[in-house]
Amino acid sequence: MHSRYDVIIIGAGVVGCMTARWLSRYALKILLIEKSSDVCTGATAANSALIHAGYDAVPGTLKAQMNVKANPMWDRLSEELQFGFARTGAYIVAVGEDEFQKLDIFLDRAGKNGVSAEIISGEKMRKREPNISPEVFGALFVPAGGVCDPWGATIAAAENAVTNGVELRLDTEFQDFLWSEHEPERIVGMKTSQGDFYGRWVINAAGLFADEVMHKAGVRPEFRITPRRGEYFVMDRNQIQIQNVLFPVPNAISKGILVTTTLHGNTLVGPNAENIEDKTGADVTPEGMDEIWEGGKKLVPGLDRRHIIAVFAGLRPAGNAPCLNLDVDYHHDFVIEIPDQVKGFVNLAGMESPGLSAAPAIAERVVELLREAGELLTPQAGWDPVRPARPVFRGLSHKDQAALVAKDPRYGRVICRCEYVTEGEIVAEIHAPIPATTYDAIKRRTWLGAGRCLGGFDMPRVVDILARELGKDPLGITKKGHGSEFLFRRTKEVG
Amino acid sequence: MAKQLKSQYDVIVVGAGPGGLAAAISAKKNGADDVLMIDRDLELGGILLQCIHNGFGVDTFKEDLPGPSYAQRFIKEAQGVGIDYLLDSMVLDVTSGRKVFVTGTRGGFKELQARAIVIAMGCRERTRAQIGIPGPRPAGVYTAGLAQRWVNVEGYMPGKRFVILGSGDIGMIMARRLTFEGAKVERVLEVMPYLTGLSRNYVQCLMDFDIPLQLRHTVKRIIGKDRVKAVEAVQVDDRWRPVPGTGEMIPCDTLLLSVGLIPENELSQKAGVILDPRTNGPFVDDGFATNIPGVFAAANVVHVYDLVDWVTKTGLTAGRRAAMFAQGHCNENPVFVPTAAGENIRYVVPHRIDPETLTQDTIMLQMRVTQPMEEAVLVRVTDGDTLIAKKRERYVRPGEMVSLKLCERDYDSVRHAKELRVSVAPL
Repeated sequence: MHSRYDVIIIGAGVVGCMTARWLSRYALKILLIEKSSDVCTGATAANSALIHAGYDAVPGTLKAQMNVKANPMWDRLSEELQFGFARTGAYIVAVGEDEFQKLDIFLDRAGKNGVSAEIISGEKMRKREPNISPEVFGALFVPAGGVCDPWGATIAAAENAVTNGVELRLDTEFQDFLWSEHEPERIVGMKTSQGDFYGRWVINAAGLFADEVMHKAGVRPEFRITPRRGEYFVMDRNQIQIQNVLFPVPNAISKGILVTTTLHGNTLVGPNAENIEDKTGADVTPEGMDEIWEGGKKLVPGLDRRHIIAVFAGLRPAGNAPCLNLDVDYHHDFVIEIPDQVKGFVNLAGMESPGLSAAPAIAERVVELLREAGELLTPQAGWDPVRPARPVFRGLSHKDQAALVAKDPRYGRVICRCEYVTEGEIVAEIHAPIPATTYDAIKRRTWLGAGRCLGGFDMPRVVDILARELGKDPLGITKKGHGSEFLFRRTKEVG
Repeated sequence: MAKQLKSQYDVIVVGAGPGGLAAAISAKKNGADDVLMIDRDLELGGILLQCIHNGFGVDTFKEDLPGPSYAQRFIKEAQGVGIDYLLDSMVLDVTSGRKVFVTGTRGGFKELQARAIVIAMGCRERTRAQIGIPGPRPAGVYTAGLAQRWVNVEGYMPGKRFVILGSGDIGMIMARRLTFEGAKVERVLEVMPYLTGLSRNYVQCLMDFDIPLQLRHTVKRIIGKDRVKAVEAVQVDDRWRPVPGTGEMIPCDTLLLSVGLIPENELSQKAGVILDPRTNGPFVDDGFATNIPGVFAAANVVHVYDLVDWVTKTGLTAGRRAAMFAQGHCNENPVFVPTAAGENIRYVVPHRIDPETLTQDTIMLQMRVTQPMEEAVLVRVTDGDTLIAKKRERYVRPGEMVSLKLCERDYDSVRHAKELRVSVAPL
């Protein structure tokens, strides 16, 4: 196989997909590869789902610059790609007077980053969030903070890229670079688990594995990604609904354990921050669960463990890159560069928080970097910035639900009883521009199975629908790709 | 099947499992002309359709029937008396004004009005998240009822080598069922120091098949990123903390969870029905009326029953009361007497009773105990120092409901009582 591309992007997380979408507006032949069976399965799949304002990033870092630049981009982006986003504002909540004093540090930092913020009283905070601890002394309110659907945003960006001509190859794992025989230190393509692909540019957006990819290119041998695990609880929205984004006063390592609203109305509690070895080790742990629970209760004492409906863990791809600005003593900055020592390589790494928030600005920066490197980047005729959303049954009024069911009766059959996801929505995702072919892929697109029963009701039905629509045997249907089959054999067969 | 859907019904029953079937039949027999059952599955019968084991109807029919046969008797009767039903349809919303919004592939989206409603949605299974099992999230972690549907209805085996967490009834029944189908069930783990399901299921499903049950044990973590590869079992102490050094790796490809059922009341809450945090079901009176006038609750939405016979009985009562409400016949100003949970009682259903009921009917008080007592005990209903009723039991166990019947002779003492406190103590 000798396919030739202008650009090959490694990794279909939020950074890879946003970059693909941004580059798709130019006349380029682009390939996006992903080792998993779906887009959006790594760090992007499990995080706090927040769009940070940029008040707490260390001034002068790429993190601060990209976050602050990206934050206002999300309104238009969510309109064009039609995914969930809400500018809710965010609070750093001070419990006790000592913490209240510390808010000044963040007010000052916000000012330096050009982010508007104000300190409000405990009384005002309690009025805005009645569930909050009576011990709250005050809070820093940052109006630009928001919540988003990271799955929806990433999948929509990938889909928009694909409909604008980007080629997406799933189950395709990067193995090594291919080098020019004529020109020293020039990357001309890559070996993958699905064969060789040639490209004039390769973009490293490999998330947790970005260090391994850049080392194969001979770039930044001292750079390391440390998977930093964060665990979360999701609460039953019928039992408790936090209306705001509530951060504790942060510590040195992370923004701390927050209690936040989500676009689905479920309250999210977490994350902790633990450095681990295994880049696929998204386990929840007894210690972690206790830690986030304690952290959550500090802000919202009324949390009740019986109302937990889901537990999950995500891994932050934490890097160790020093800030390029020599005046700033900071060693966990983003890497966004075309390194000098190799040609044809764009390096994006260390995309821990605020990686999701910053992703649109990072994508835009990649465009600039390519232009600075001499790419002409002529606009592609007919590029369409809009990714039309598909109907979401539960979000409609009764009247609109009736109209949708009348038009297509498959929208009348509810498959996920907790989140009211219909057969029509599932079928639409299976036949979408990026087909959902696994249970988890459908979950990420429809929110099915994310409710109280965790799929106990819908699972056999979804396996059936997937088998029918894909023309497969139910035995071949998986949760998240090869090796995660649900079923082993038919009954009455000798096993 | 409803040939022509009306826009108004005397009684609408949400859910056509054993509770809903009984409620609909009873409503019809007690004077409600237009009765509609709505169910999300393709057939009537609810969860009984996947319960192909026997043990149903010993009390109701004095026969030992498989689940589908038990259901079929009521399905026939419902069809015989002319009850309308809507299948493959989901109720999306119920209002306090008794409007019902329903959607389905055949009937489309409909808004219906009921004079009375019986909610009979049953319950759902507790999940992995609710008991906080550590580890990654591979395929192969299923609730027992989900596995039961796959095996008994869809005809697929969801694993070859199983560990079952929880000694609930569905888990034990699945242990036997999977063994019949050629799978290996390594063992059943139970975090409590006692069995949480019925003793008869322990004997018939585990003992008879040499499947070990380990009490005071739980799953410390799941191993396997794509599919379950093993679970680490561990012994727990009195406060359910793992005992160091007792961890044991059990290779398996599937972990089944039988760790409890939760009455499914999300719809009830939409109608404004208030729930009891102990039962997770509505506060009900002896006619299974909720706090919302005209909304009655039947069967496992009220609390989790151990036997289907009770489910049927509550359905009959709720259906009859719903029919009476629909026809405008009900006690206008009842003076309720509350029930209360005393020593070793977790909860009592119903939450309050109208003494006037005892002039025409009996009232069954139903309880779950907190701790097992493996000796003869006395169940007592008292009001302060006054003994109102009592009953002996050979033993009490949390997995088996305790029932105590009040009848006409108790009328006077109940009428004058401030509360009916139920307690259990050794004889």
